[in-house]
Amino acid sequence: MAKKATPEINAGSMADIAFLLLIFFLVTTTMDVDTGIMRKLPPPVENPDEDVDVNQRNVLKVLLNSRNALMVDGRRMDISLLKDKTKDFMAIHLDNPDYPEVTTRFIEELGKEVPASKGLISLKNDRGTSYDMYIQVQNELARAFNEMKDEKSVELFGLKYKALIDKNKIKAINKIVPVRVSEAEPEDIGGN
Amino acid sequence: MSKFKSKKGRGSAAINTSSLPDIIFILLFFFMVSTTMREVTVRVQQKMPEATEIQKLERKSLVSFIYIGEPKNIKMFGTNARIQLNDVFADVDDISEFIAQEREARDEADRNLLTTSLKVDGRTKMGVVTDVKQELRKVGAFKINYSTRKKVER
Repeated sequence: MAKKATPEINAGSMADIAFLLLIFFLVTTTMDVDTGIMRKLPPPVENPDEDVDVNQRNVLKVLLNSRNALMVDGRRMDISLLKDKTKDFMAIHLDNPDYPEVTTRFIEELGKEVPASKGLISLKNDRGTSYDMYIQVQNELARAFNEMKDEKSVELFGLKYKALIDKNKIKAINKIVPVRVSEAEPEDIGGN
Repeated sequence: MSKFKSKKGRGSAAINTSSLPDIIFILLFFFMVSTTMREVTVRVQQKMPEATEIQKLERKSLVSFIYIGEPKNIKMFGTNARIQLNDVFADVDDISEFIAQEREARDEADRNLLTTSLKVDGRTKMGVVTDVKQELRKVGAFKINYSTRKKVER
């Protein structure tokens, strides 16, 4: 019994099969990386009528109306100026009644007390504000705080905030420069 | 005048295509690794606003998505901004149930790490978004992420 040589399998259609698979994956999958602005919502208030007593000089009011106009501290403002205004407001100004009060806060990671502003950004929008504008404002506020973190980080550790690796240092910076943006309780004004 | 030779008998040799499947397979593996499966069919328009201060969403298994925007099929659903949960349009009242379901599907230890990603079309009015946010506050899903694209520097 002579053994027959097995005929070679034709691999010519292999490419076609692989192509089909490839096209299947191209169609059913997406490549986008999800990115966005992280925010933490405040817990719901128990007594909505009860006003929390906050010293007016500690609050920077940022209002957005239904025509996407921005009002900061009672004056109209262009969005390009919002970042610098926020930074200026949140910076430490000792004994200046035009700026928020200053306290000291003990930072465990550094083992010492640092001055901390009591300032707070209060963001309020209308139901008719466009989401795009709202994100622009959130972005500018985030930019202000990120730049402040960078500055503090360079001052203390000689590195930018993003370049920090030590977890304690990151924590310390986050405690020294807390992101103090509060969103007011929504009010039904304006239209859809 | 040997410039115009007869081309008879000088057919070019066939290109060897035996490595073609390998090349295609490499492409295939690249796409399999770098992409993710589409889980829901988005039925609302999604043109995200642009921002610069963005963070990447870590641990995608712990993210639940809420899509808001104008329906793609205007003839059927109108032009009012709608909320989409999973594969269907929903109301603001359905969000608490949706979040409860999402929590149920996760490991118990990870439940409080759940992030809600709001994928909202840029032209949407804030009214709907505010309602959704209020609802999320009520059910205690505090970690949210406004989905945005990275702004291209010009």
